[in-house]
Parts: sequence; C-alpha cells; structure tokens
Amino acid sequence: MALVLTNRVGLKDSHTLEVYKKTGGYASVEKLFAMEPGTVIEEVKSSGLRGRGGAGFSCGLKWSFVPQNIGKPVYLCVNADESEPGTFKDRLLLEEDPHQLIEGIVIACYAIRSTTAYIYIRGEFDLSYRRIEQAVKEAYQAGFLGKNIFGKKYDLNVTVHRGAGAYICGEETALLNSLEGKKGEPRIKPPFPAVAGLFGCPTIVNNVETLSALPFIINEGALAYRKWGTEKSPGTKLFSVSGHVVRPGTYEVPLGYPLKDLIYKDCGGIPDGKKLKAVIPGGSSVPVLTAEEAEKTFLDYESIAQYGSMLGSGGVMVMDEDVDMVWALRNLSRFYAHESCGQCTPCREGTGWVDKILQRVLNGGGTLEDLALLKEISDNMMGKTICVLADSIAMPVLSFIKKFPADFERYVRSHSAGGKMRILG
Amino acid sequence: MPKIKLTIDGKPVEVEAGTTLLQAAETVGIQIPHYCYHPGLKLAGNCRMCLVEAEKMPKPLASCVAPVQEGMVVKTNTDNVISLRRSVMEFLLINHPLDCPTCDQAGECRLQDYYMQYDKIPSRFHEEKVHKDKMIDLGAGVMLDQERCIACTRCIRVCQEVAGVDELCLSNRGDHVTITTFPGKELSNPYAGNTVDVCPVGALTSKEFRFKKRVWFLESTSSVCPGCSRGCNITVQHQESKVYRLLPRLNSEVNSYWMCDEGRYGFDSVNDHRVLRARINEEGVSEEAGHEDALVELASLLRETSLSEIAVVGHASETCETLENLQQFAKNSLKSRYFFYSRFDPPHPYSDNILMTADKNANQKGVDQLGFKPLSDLKSAVGVLVLRDLTGQEMELLDRLQIPVLAFFAVNESPLCTKAKIVLPIPSYAEQEGHFINVQGKKQKIVPAFEPRGESRLVTEWLNDLKDLLESAGQKKKIAC
Repeated sequence: MALVLTNRVGLKDSHTLEVYKKTGGYASVEKLFAMEPGTVIEEVKSSGLRGRGGAGFSCGLKWSFVPQNIGKPVYLCVNADESEPGTFKDRLLLEEDPHQLIEGIVIACYAIRSTTAYIYIRGEFDLSYRRIEQAVKEAYQAGFLGKNIFGKKYDLNVTVHRGAGAYICGEETALLNSLEGKKGEPRIKPPFPAVAGLFGCPTIVNNVETLSALPFIINEGALAYRKWGTEKSPGTKLFSVSGHVVRPGTYEVPLGYPLKDLIYKDCGGIPDGKKLKAVIPGGSSVPVLTAEEAEKTFLDYESIAQYGSMLGSGGVMVMDEDVDMVWALRNLSRFYAHESCGQCTPCREGTGWVDKILQRVLNGGGTLEDLALLKEISDNMMGKTICVLADSIAMPVLSFIKKFPADFERYVRSHSAGGKMRILG
Repeated sequence: MPKIKLTIDGKPVEVEAGTTLLQAAETVGIQIPHYCYHPGLKLAGNCRMCLVEAEKMPKPLASCVAPVQEGMVVKTNTDNVISLRRSVMEFLLINHPLDCPTCDQAGECRLQDYYMQYDKIPSRFHEEKVHKDKMIDLGAGVMLDQERCIACTRCIRVCQEVAGVDELCLSNRGDHVTITTFPGKELSNPYAGNTVDVCPVGALTSKEFRFKKRVWFLESTSSVCPGCSRGCNITVQHQESKVYRLLPRLNSEVNSYWMCDEGRYGFDSVNDHRVLRARINEEGVSEEAGHEDALVELASLLRETSLSEIAVVGHASETCETLENLQQFAKNSLKSRYFFYSRFDPPHPYSDNILMTADKNANQKGVDQLGFKPLSDLKSAVGVLVLRDLTGQEMELLDRLQIPVLAFFAVNESPLCTKAKIVLPIPSYAEQEGHFINVQGKKQKIVPAFEPRGESRLVTEWLNDLKDLLESAGQKKKIAC
C-alpha cells in the first residue's frame, strides 16, 4: 500500500535525484519558501504528525519549543540510528528514498530556522549510509544544499555521521553526546534538547520517518494528511513485520489499521497453518500482546494503549504457537543487558540480573520465587532512571510473565521442560 | 534571584530558583542519601539513591538534579521512597564483592552506611557476579578495585572539573562498565588524591594510606596545609602522635573541597626525620642533652657575645605567633633589631591556576607583615639564632661572613644540626596552635593534633626560659618542664 512515505519504493533507481525529481520530488520547496517559518510549524502541528521514533510526541509542538534569537545556532539532528530490535522502516526510507528525507530536512530546518543538520546514522547500515551520503552529495551539486539553496537566501548544510553500534545512541540525548564525541549516555532532562541540545544549543531531534512525511504535508496540506488515520493519530505509519508471517517486510498503512489485517492480509498470515501466539507490536521494548489482543487491536497510539502496550517504533514481531516465550524473553533480556549504557544503577544492575535469572530459568534451574523476583526487579527498574532503557526490558518481563504464565511455570515446575527452542523467523 | 516556596516533608522551604530538591532539603536539615551527587562537582544523576516523591509527579524524582518548583509538595521519607532506596541498595550490592573485612574503605563507606540505614536484608542474588580487574595501580598513588566501583563517576568529574584533565573514563557498558584510564596512560594529575576522597566506596584507595590503619581508630583535627601559600584547609587524621593522612576540609573561599597531592602527602616531616632531643655540639662532637642543660649552655654562649649584635632568623613557614615571640625576644631580651627570615625555596616549584602556588611557604605574608627581612640582606652579626631551617645559599652566606649559628630551633634533621652550637627541638605544625596568613591575606588557624613530640617544646617556651636565664645573670636556675 503506497500512501505518503513509500510511493517510490520499488521504482528503479528511486534513490537517485533524477528519479526523485521526475516523480515530483522537491516540489514542496517553492511552497515552503513562500511560507513564514511559523506558518510551517502551524501547518505541521495541524497535520497532527507525531514523532515516529517511538514516543509519538507532536512534531510541530516539539518544533515550537525552540527558542529563537538567543544568539545561538539551532541544529536539526536526524535520528537514523534505527536499532530497536524488530524495526527496519527507516532503513527502507534511507535506501529507497533518501531525497525524500533530505526534502524533509529542508522543511524542518526552515521551520526551526536552522542552517545545520546532522544525520546520525546507525553504523551497521551500510547501504543506507552509501545511499544517503550519495543523495546529500547530489543535493549539494544541484544547489539544494549548501549556500543559497534553491536560489533562495537560505543556507543549509547537512553532515552524515555514522554511529558506532550502540543501541542507546538512538535515545536522542545519547545521540547528541555521541555526535559531540562523548560516550553515548542519555542526558538528564530538563533541559530538553529543544532548549539545550547539541553543543548546548537549541536542537530538534527528529526521526527519519517523521521527516520523510513532511514533503507530503507541505505539498498537499495538513488536511490531506489527516485523510488517513484517526483523530488523535492522523496519517500513515510504517510497520516492520517480522517473525512468523508469510510475507515479512515493511508496510505503510494508515494509523488505526487493524493489526489483524496487517498480519493476515498484508503479510499473508502465519506460515504452515500455525496459530498465532503473541505479537510485540511496537519494537522489542513494548509490552507483548496475546493473540486475542493482537487480533482485536488497531494500529494507532490510543488503541494499542488500551491493551497496555505501545505503538513504539512500529516493529511488529509475530510469534506462532511454537514459540517458547521464556526463550523469547531471554533473547530480549540479553540484548538489553548488553546495551544498557551502565549509567543508572537500576538499569546497569537490573538488566544484567534479569538476564541471568532468565538464563538460569531456561537452563532448568528456576523456581516460582524467581518469577516473583523478576517482577519485583522489573518494578524497581521502571521509571527510576534517566532514560527508558530500563523500562524497555521491565515492560516485556512484566507482560510476558503476566500474559504467558504457563510458559514460565512449565520451566520452573519441571526442570526437564527446557529442551527445545525455536529460532524466530 | 526569585525565591521559590515549597514543602518538603511538611516543612515549608524557601530557596532560590534553580536550587535542587536535595539542596533545598538540606536547608531544613533533611538529609537525602546519595552517591553520585557531590556539592563541589557537576551533577550526574546516575546513582538514583536520592529518589524522592513529589505530589502530582507520576514518577519519582532524582532530587540531586530536579530543580525546585513553586508549590511543590515533596516527600523524602514515605514507605515508597524508603523502598526505592532499598531497591537501589540491592542493585548496587548484587555485583559488589562484599569484601568489607579486607576493604580499606570500611568504616567510611557509603555502601555500608546506607545498607545499615535502608537495606538490612539478605541478598536475593543467586547468580555469578560480574568479575572485573582488581588491584590496578592507576598512577599518582591511587589504587582501583573495579569490582567495588558503583560507577558514580565522581572521580572522572573531579579530574575534569578540579584538575582540568580527562584522565579517567568509563569504558564498556551495562554491568561491565569500568572506571579506567585511557590505554597506555596513567592517572598523573597533581590533584589525583581527591579521587580517593570523593569515591564513596572502596573502589579507589590511597596507596599511601591503605592497610595502615582502620579509619575508626583515627582522630581528626582541623588544620591548614603548610605546603604552600594557598593554605588549603585540611583535617589531620592521626593516632598516638602519628599522622596517617591529610584530607581536604571545605573552605569555599580558599580550597573548596580539594587539596593537591603535594600537600596531601607532605606529612613526612611530622612523622619522620624529627629532631626530638636537644643537642650540644662542641668541637665537632654532638651530644644529646636535656633541655635544661642545652638552655644553660646557650645562655652562657649568648652572654659571651654582644647580645644586641645577635640576629634572629625566623621562617616563612612558621606561625605568626611564633614569629612574634621571636621578634619580641630579639627586641626585649637581646635588644637586637636584626629580624631576618629564611624560606623554603625549591629550585623549580610547581604552581598552577588551581590551588598550588609557587611559594612553598605557609606564612610569607606573616613574615612580611612583621617586618622580617630576607636573610640575604644580612651584612654582619656576632651570631644567629635560626628557626626551622636555612637554604644552602644562606648557610654559605653565614660561612662567608663568619657568623656562627648559636642556636637552631629544629623540627627536622638538617645540616644545621651539626653546624649550630645548640640544637633545640620544636614541634611541627601538627603539634601547635597558631595562624598562617595565606596568599589571599586570609589569617587561618591551625590547631594542635597532638602534644609536641619527644622533648620538643614550643619556640615560645624555649625563649621564655632563655629570657629568664639571661635575666637571672648567669645563676643556674631550675626551669619547670
């Protein structure tokens, strides 16, 4: 389904400036420069576009927090450090339509009066990096970046910066520290980046997908964007579906789309006629849904919240009836224990502890008390730290144990149950 | 600055905007436990021990970083807050080696203190602990045990913010995070000792101090570092007339919370190489003597000369009171107008814009104010009475002018001990009361940590007895000890 973001996906050489321009690319620019920056912010506000990095905060509102005329430069940082397990939507945009992102960057920078943007891209993204680097080069050559872009009295420089492989650098303030050459550790907020971000200057950090929606909004207007989605979650969103589906991949659907349709229609359902067991709907850090919940919920911020989970980054992980939930949870805990930056006590110690207990349970050495302890450790981690990485494993632990108690009890009641594990996907 | 009103544990508090909850609580006597927060360092907010509750706030707040807000209702002592502290303690201790019996920090360890205050439950951790490196010599006399570290980053910040160097960092992530220097580099800044002071646990210990003494045996005395003209405020920690370590003491106008390593480790002169008995040197033979005999000998030596031609030589590292006494003695008993001073003058004194000054004397301003002149100005005298020490150049000067050293008031062994006719032991700065005037002109008090060691006596006492002897016209007189 091609709506806003993925219209060029699949076109030959869609990543080149030539194809981008031929297919209506950079058309928003004339309209953009005829608008006042404040009007652009208003337009984006009324489109209802929400940050697609995971938090879902209003994009236009975030922009409006940038103080102007304080004698400091304003920066835009593009968060292309897509590292959330199960999420691969930004990669698609970077590989297939990098100029759409650059056009979005031009719009965002103009709105917040920034003349410098950094694209912080995940180090492991090789093709994405080459594509966006090439696109930036083309844009410079075409006069779309650099001095007096598009012949207007407006300069804009864009630098692509590769990360070094830390998940935490996708957290916006850790990203800023990393960009400054420091250890990737989240900062204490307030101050928020909009007030004191990169090099202490006002900074907006926007996700690739958020920015990529901007050319459409400026071209077609906020109302056209609101044509899709719900009142509170307007527009479309990309969902990266992985796991036990016939056709895994990235899908653009209007917000409010039934998760059931995404799994069974778009993705072709569960292979081999197996039954659905569980779905993680928004990237690895959100609470898991049971099959029943997954088949009832709609894909918008509010609907998923009704089932105690979150839309997050839109990484939909589908698990069939054979999946061992203890094993699946251990898979997540190992990741978070490895990726905790180590700054805050509850996260540094808690992620490792949870992982070790789960490992022991998997090896058949667990007890019922371990399950109670896991819950208590998770409670002690949630909401007690500088960023939400601790919550990102606490929420899965709590939801997995609560929603799939039989899987856990099987391990702790009978030490022989451990045996077979299935590899996801 | 506008004032903000809030309530903490039911107590009304009014503080300046921008104050943190932790600081605001302190103004009304409420102590919030913490590890990473240090009043002299930038905020880190990482230990999470200081979490408190505030009404209308969905999550607990880290009180060390959360600024006060008008009308806030903060609670630092609810069951929930106490259970938060217990959970942070539990997290901190799961990978900690729990080796208190062999840890030098025992007795002054925040983990021990807060465990007793907030945790006191047996461990629920049954897994293998994370193992890291131990007994790492970081350099600059600082030892690191990575397993004991709680990653509060105080040591990193002290290097950055006090010494102005990036020598320590955290490497790795998660529970494998470790304090370390950069590869192939050592901790080498002249303020490195402060890392040991700020370490709230036993991760960083002092090579100089470790395993010498359990801290609960030590007595503490407030004093001032005599190592340079800065006069950093210190605490002398000692037992049985021996100094074990010096720690910086807060004075926001002088040294804040810090001191340099040169000063910190410069207490050898109190413990070692001391002159503890009087000596009489006659024709190349040095003999120890009781203080009475030494004084009688000195009095008779003095009477053989013209008293008013005797010069007294004070020292820029002596207290104002000692210098005044010396001056009064010269004026009144000797009728001499010759007041000179010597000073420590090392060839390449280290100084910086932080605390260390190039003047390695504690009381240069004191000698200046009393009108003492540099000894190099001396032209002639029939003899000199010398306090504390002389430089090599000054000794050469005396030789050239053929001026004998009649008496040497000695703290430590020195070539003067054989050169002087009479050697009289005096106490170090740790054994006397008095004042130094620092480079800023601040008059700061030192307090005796213990009685003068051995048979050393205050300069004042020696001079009073000497005065009496001179006045009693050569009659041998009993002198009270």
